Amino acid sequence: MTSVETAARTTREQTGYFQTFMSRRASILPTLAAVAILILLFVGAEILLRGDFITPRNISSLLLDNAYLLILAVGLTFVIVTGGIDLSVGSVMAFTGIWLAQLLAAGVSLAIALPAVLLAGALVGLLIGVLVQFFDVQPFIASLAGLFLARGLAFVVSLSSIKVETAEVLWLQSTRIQLGDWYITPTGILALLVAFAGAWVMQFTRFGRTTYAIGGNKQAALMGLKVARTTVAVYVISGICGGLAGLVLTAYSGAGYPRNGVGTELDAIAAVVIGGTVLAGGRGYVLGSMVGVFVYGTIKTIISFMGAEQSWTQIIIGALLLVFIVVQRAIVARSDRRSRS
Amino acid sequence: MKHRLFWPVATLVMLILINTIARSQFASITVRDGRLYGALIDILRQSAPLMLVSLGMTIVIATRGIDLSVGAVMAVSGAVALTIIDGSTDPNNVGVVMLAVVVALVISLLLGVWNGFLVSLLGIQPIIATLVLMLAGRGVALLITEGFITTVNSTPFEFISTGYLLLPFAFFIWVAAAAVVGLTERRSALGVLTEAVGINPEASRLAGVRSRGIIWSAYAASAVLAGIAGIIYASNIKAADANAAGQFIELYAILAVVLGGTSLMGGKFSLAGTVVGVLIIQTLESTMLFLGVPSAESPVFFAVVVVVVVVIQSPRLHRVARDFVRSARARRAAEPSLDAEVVG
Amino acid sequence: MTLTADTAYPPIVEMRGITISFPGVLALDNVDFFLRRGEVHSLMGENGAGKSTLIKALTGVYAVDSGSIDLIGTSQVFRGTSDAEAAGISTVYQEINLCTNLSVGENVMLGHEPRKGGRIDWKAVHRLAAEHLEGLGISIDTRSLLSNHSIAIQQLVAISRAMVLDAKVLVLDEPTSSLDRGEVEQLFTVIRDLRARGAAIIFVSHFLDQVYEIADRITVLRNGKLVGEYLVKDLPRDQLVTKMIGRQLDDLEAISSTAERAIDRTDAPILKATGVGRRGVLEPADLDVFDGEIVGIAGLLGSGRTELVRLLYGADRADSGNIEMVGTPAKMTSPRHAIDRGIAFSSEDRREEGIVADLSVAENIVLGIQARKGLRKVRQEKQDSVVSEYMAALDIRPADPDMVAGNLSGGNQQKVLIARWLATAPELLILDEPTRGIDVGTKADLQKKVAELSEQGLSVIFISSELEEVLRLAQRIVVMRDRKSIGELDSRRFDLDGLIDFIANEGDGSAA
Repeated sequence: MTSVETAARTTREQTGYFQTFMSRRASILPTLAAVAILILLFVGAEILLRGDFITPRNISSLLLDNAYLLILAVGLTFVIVTGGIDLSVGSVMAFTGIWLAQLLAAGVSLAIALPAVLLAGALVGLLIGVLVQFFDVQPFIASLAGLFLARGLAFVVSLSSIKVETAEVLWLQSTRIQLGDWYITPTGILALLVAFAGAWVMQFTRFGRTTYAIGGNKQAALMGLKVARTTVAVYVISGICGGLAGLVLTAYSGAGYPRNGVGTELDAIAAVVIGGTVLAGGRGYVLGSMVGVFVYGTIKTIISFMGAEQSWTQIIIGALLLVFIVVQRAIVARSDRRSRS
Repeated sequence: MKHRLFWPVATLVMLILINTIARSQFASITVRDGRLYGALIDILRQSAPLMLVSLGMTIVIATRGIDLSVGAVMAVSGAVALTIIDGSTDPNNVGVVMLAVVVALVISLLLGVWNGFLVSLLGIQPIIATLVLMLAGRGVALLITEGFITTVNSTPFEFISTGYLLLPFAFFIWVAAAAVVGLTERRSALGVLTEAVGINPEASRLAGVRSRGIIWSAYAASAVLAGIAGIIYASNIKAADANAAGQFIELYAILAVVLGGTSLMGGKFSLAGTVVGVLIIQTLESTMLFLGVPSAESPVFFAVVVVVVVVIQSPRLHRVARDFVRSARARRAAEPSLDAEVVG
Repeated sequence: MTLTADTAYPPIVEMRGITISFPGVLALDNVDFFLRRGEVHSLMGENGAGKSTLIKALTGVYAVDSGSIDLIGTSQVFRGTSDAEAAGISTVYQEINLCTNLSVGENVMLGHEPRKGGRIDWKAVHRLAAEHLEGLGISIDTRSLLSNHSIAIQQLVAISRAMVLDAKVLVLDEPTSSLDRGEVEQLFTVIRDLRARGAAIIFVSHFLDQVYEIADRITVLRNGKLVGEYLVKDLPRDQLVTKMIGRQLDDLEAISSTAERAIDRTDAPILKATGVGRRGVLEPADLDVFDGEIVGIAGLLGSGRTELVRLLYGADRADSGNIEMVGTPAKMTSPRHAIDRGIAFSSEDRREEGIVADLSVAENIVLGIQARKGLRKVRQEKQDSVVSEYMAALDIRPADPDMVAGNLSGGNQQKVLIARWLATAPELLILDEPTRGIDVGTKADLQKKVAELSEQGLSVIFISSELEEVLRLAQRIVVMRDRKSIGELDSRRFDLDGLIDFIANEGDGSAA
């Protein structure tokens, strides 16, 4: 083994950039693959639709239409990097969205209503996190309970949709900051801010690095890391992101609706995985999830451009998810083998 | 030793008692036209889809797995059956309906084989492997029905869910399914081998158990049972609704399995427990309907039940309880000499 | 017994009267342990002696039921590993407790990353990590992923991590179990250097040679109790072994020696393996086993002994070699094929790879024949007769076939496993460490049973870390080292020292 190690060392010095890159950053490859897929989708659609696809309008609306999904995916990335999963995000979004609409309709000011719904999202996350961390409940079971709770609460708030008239909320959506044909809405800016903040936290804070450590090593507590606190916190973050997504979706559709976001958790998980985050935990990037969301959004747009059934989106995303999962499985198996030998 | 079915059965009996006290007609069964009617009979009839799905889920969970795709499989199965019946010239022909059911079940079986392939051959985590179909399955169902809610009028097909032979026909379906599954598992070695694989996959492999086939068969069985559930659901609403069919049923099924005393960690399973678990859930539904809770809000209640049940099952809680008892005992024992000890 | 602290070096760690119990087990019973600055202190004992429990008490994994832990004269109560780490106690575990998904540098610094302006200063992280690693004489790319490096390097990374924490006490729990000789040397150089700098080091290892090479002092535990503390120079090996197992070696030797039995090797062997190997795991090795023969495999943990039998059994896939059973070629791609050809394998890891804990004793025994039979259930009468026959033959206690197998003692679990395999009437039984961690009485029982079976014509491959046991049972011994087979010897012509010498020195010249 020593001779092998020395050999590896000398080759590393001799060979160039590629080897070094692979030894350092192999985990970014799936994300790069997602970027490649995104580019291929754009180019393919452009050719297929004879130059009608890559337009500032289309690309701008990609962010606008998927802002809520991006926010959910950011929160979910934290959870999945620790090796967990959160199935509640779609329902939390629905619950916080409808509750926000109801509070506003009842004349509560946004300054009170918004913190209240974000807190509600955080509490659902807290419940899941506590079940996972302190009661050893499997994350998907705990978050399924969260899903049910939030979905039920959404219906408790209202069985039908509630229109939102509050100017500030509508402003989030209707304001278009234009630059030629390009535009961005405050919801889009919010989503991007969440994404960049998430990426920063994961890369540059001890909390963020602890999430990776937990995902990479179930015994991370033995390294003296604050595992319990971090595990609970990622679910709380996911819950807060659910609340923000509720705000964005309510602004987007101009109303709260208790049936919003049924199945959105699956879209969000798919986006995160396609963006290169490994479901087994320990590897992944928030900005990768952003790419994943755009892949999802682009497929959806292409399908509606082609006038095909929207159900194809689900099928194609399912297929992509499968491909990525199989590739991830191979990557994880390979690195496991390595560290064992 | 306390029987493992004690708590589930006691819970069910309590629920029925409470309901009977609250409204006397709950337990009453009337005979009309040679058919039995009553709230209890309704529960037996309405349990059918969840019962079938839960039986399959029990087997899958016993292998340390989970099948999230059951709802999607229900949707596909219903869509296939209704599309065949809808496309035929004679929807009332029993042969057509039988053909539709068989084709739907064969397709469900294929979906189960697909899940099993991902889990047992490719070694993908069950929750993730079945997530793929959970996501894509409804899309497939929507494609089959071309995005519409296909409705049919077919007396033989409707008989599946609403027919009566003294008792509701759907009840006989689930009893038959439970009997078939139970006998297959317990009369053959499948049950004990499934448990062995679920408890310790590696030890089982080294003991020569063909765990791959066993895991595979569990997913196949789960999908076929979900397929039957999908047909019953479609028959009940006389339509194939790709979005609503089996919505959230995976959670209810998991809840039923857990209520029945089977651990989510796999291994030892109890089909009888699952049957009781489903009846508990269905009785709760009926209770809430009686209390006037809109059914859309019932998830809140079930979420609470899930939380309570998983917390009670949690090994951590057991440890804490044990430690508490022990330290209390130790404290009592140590009390006289406490002064002498230096407490760090 | 009580200890008197050595006045020359005041203890840095003083553990007194430590008692820890688990349901049904008193893991540590009023144990004292002292550790001094600038010493390597070895904790010795057989499996179940309480070594790892004591370490986990010191590192804050377990809370103590009673007793006190003092660090540099101040009393400590650890509520978790981070408490112990903060107090200056760092541990390098056997299964290296690092994150292979992160970079080398990050693993060294995790949780202690230097920050600048509220964000982790990655340049400083890698600079500091490189400094710490170089302090131990290693220079590797700190930005490369840890998973790219060998276990030995990972071990050293874990030690540098402990250095970052400015550890006063360094606990090394079986650090050498998967290292080769050269890597052990590298590790020992680091340990000696740290000792010279005044660190207090606890070194736990099963390898006596290594303990005698590196340790200054030894504390021996047995069955959760303290046997005593000794200076290495005052404690000859045979005395240490005697203290560890609690009686004279002769007692075990009273068992009839089967090693003397002559084996007829004129007929074709039962098992003939040629060139069986797997890249990175085992160099191609040959092995013949004859009718009624016990072949011992001797070698240290990680020498390739377990790897070889796993390949023979098909538990892992071999990428080279052929196997013949009774003269006809056998596939070795899965345990099923091996079982069908009459090979049975009892793994060294009883808990994870042997017993199906939640099933009953009877179900565990029947599992082997049931798996062979497929889905058709073995008739109940047949099950009952098999179970009662083997429970009696192997004296499994308690004699309750419906008891949950996980609740049996280790020795009885091992007997259940042997019963499982004997019920399948194998031609070749592979036993990997069947006597590990079980009490002496049961151990003797098992050895007797194996001898008996081989006299009745069963061929056995017997692996054990206890060389005496191998010498006593096997007629022929295959010696393995560094993932290859280095020779085969007749056990009648070797004694323990000869065998140890063979393992340590034979074939050195030919090593690549």
